[in-house]
Amino acid sequence: MAPPASVRRSGVRHALGGFLVWREASVILVAVLLVVYFELTNGNFLTGDNIVTVSQFVAAPAIIACGEIMLLICKEIDLSAGQTFALAPFLVYFGAKFGLPVIPAIVVALGICAAIGLAIGLITVLLGVPSFVTTLGTYFLITGVTLTISRGFPATPPGGSFLAGIMGAYGYSEIIWALVIVALMHIVLRHTRWGLHTSAVGGNEIAAAEAGINVRRIKVGNFIITAVLAGFTGIIEAYRVGSNDPLAGGSTIMFLGVASGVIGGTALTGGSGTIIGGLIGAIVLGVLQDGFTLQGINAFLFDGIIGAAILIAMIANIRLARWQRGVSR
Amino acid sequence: MSAAAGGSIAPDVQSGAEAIRAEKIVKRFGSITALNGVSIHVKRGEILGILGDNGAGKSTLIKILTGFHQPTSGRLFVHGNEVSLASVDHARSLGIECVYQDLALINTLSVYHNMFLNRELRRPPFGLLDHGEMRRRASEALDDIGVGVPNVEAEVARLSGGQRQAIAVARAVYSNARILLLDEPLAAMGAREAGLIIDLIERLRARGDIAIIMIAHNYAQTLDICDRVVLVQHGEITFESHSAETSVEELLEIVRREYRAARRA
Ligand SMILES: Nc1ncnc2c1ncn2[C@@H]1O[C@H](COP(=O)(O)OP(=O)(O)OP(=O)(O)O)[C@@H](O)[C@H]1O
Ligand SMILES: [Mg+2]
Repeated sequence: MAPPASVRRSGVRHALGGFLVWREASVILVAVLLVVYFELTNGNFLTGDNIVTVSQFVAAPAIIACGEIMLLICKEIDLSAGQTFALAPFLVYFGAKFGLPVIPAIVVALGICAAIGLAIGLITVLLGVPSFVTTLGTYFLITGVTLTISRGFPATPPGGSFLAGIMGAYGYSEIIWALVIVALMHIVLRHTRWGLHTSAVGGNEIAAAEAGINVRRIKVGNFIITAVLAGFTGIIEAYRVGSNDPLAGGSTIMFLGVASGVIGGTALTGGSGTIIGGLIGAIVLGVLQDGFTLQGINAFLFDGIIGAAILIAMIANIRLARWQRGVSR
Repeated sequence: MSAAAGGSIAPDVQSGAEAIRAEKIVKRFGSITALNGVSIHVKRGEILGILGDNGAGKSTLIKILTGFHQPTSGRLFVHGNEVSLASVDHARSLGIECVYQDLALINTLSVYHNMFLNRELRRPPFGLLDHGEMRRRASEALDDIGVGVPNVEAEVARLSGGQRQAIAVARAVYSNARILLLDEPLAAMGAREAGLIIDLIERLRARGDIAIIMIAHNYAQTLDICDRVVLVQHGEITFESHSAETSVEELLEIVRREYRAARRA
């Protein structure tokens, strides 16, 4: 049977008028304006070397954002993602030290990260502890574990230079990982039952349960996804830097991930958000960080400026999103 | 989602056979006894009306039949076989569909995603969601009922109360339900839309193979639509009758008597 005319028309409307109603359009605009501003004021923003640097600012928050966005959509958060990020490279290091080849060591490390996510998820959904509190606990707990097993000292990630290059040492490898993960997670969110059910759980938990969706399973699964992605990000970051730092990541990387998601249009109230938006949010933050570094802003001022920029970008995005939707809430 | 209304009757199903029976259902929430030994049954081709005051336990009874709540005690029979409904999915696999009182719609999702929630259509080879086909079938189903929903891609949050109700009804009806549970399906509807839904319910009854349980507060409307009615008060069934053998006056008298007794106590 041919599709009804209304469907065909709406398909065309989608393809043509898409950009104006596109949720991410306003953030893309902000990112482009920032690039133009920094290029005009510094003149050396759009050079090959600097683009590599920006991509490295962008990659880690973009991957962390993929997980945090899934959690925010189903009304949860993982405050300890930055701790899992710091722990994972040490798990690889000790796996290799105990005789595992590097790739199995990475797989085992990610498995342990998955177990961390599972534990956070089970505590949250079975005991009814808000994830804000659960992950505040694991925030300190995981830091303690990392500091204990590393004894507070950095270590060199195992493996030859080829593997290190693929994992993160080659200039563009981190951003390539990020783009691949963003693409996969975008498909998961928009084109699989898992993604749709995640949105449903965040939109209306009771209604989702009435429709037969296993709300707990969805939430636990997204905690696992977030922990694995955070661990993986920590591993590739360690290979890029060439060193495992027990104090790496932490709340900074986690909040950069959350901020990327929110700048990209993910609602803190749950129910809606986009992975692509999170990537663009991470680009905005990366451009800001790099641009201000190029301008030689005083290190003490730097955080303040980033904070103000995050606020402005978020407010602009929220206002624009409302204007686009014609909602006056 | 084949069009249930007006579709053909499966050969193994004959009208008049018992579709669902609940025996001596008790449901407690902590110290609250929501249901205290309720028994009901419905046959294929029959509509049972459930009347009763707010908080009487009507929705709780429905939610036990959908597998959403598990009863504290009591037995359930579906198509003659004893079952213990472990989940909403389990009940659905037996052909039990429900329009919940709160409609169970997700405001932040589109109309068509709501219509296919947890029974999404997927495409080979990767099993990704078939958004196009879901959109097409959702607008067909809504066109078929005749309730105007401007655009199946719109977020449900933007629709009127009656439109939302129509979506919830369409979702349950167009899913091949054998046992259809309706918890106040007409509550937010205007006269025209309520008429459309009543027409739809009557077409379903005329097919003869679907059993329907409907909760409502409008006594006259309920007696008009349903074959039999039960009155639930404080978690118990206090009155049961064929619609033809009772009247709005008789039902009101029972409820008033109860009210006076409660006031005296
Ligand atoms: N999940 C729950 N937890 C605790 N108590 C509940 C729960 N669901 C229902 N109840 C209680 O059970 C009783 C029956 O509620 P129910 O929703 O079945 O009433 P109802 O007959 O559908 O009322 P209404 O006409 O207002 O919809 C009420 O006292 C209610 O507070
Ligand atoms: Mg009710």
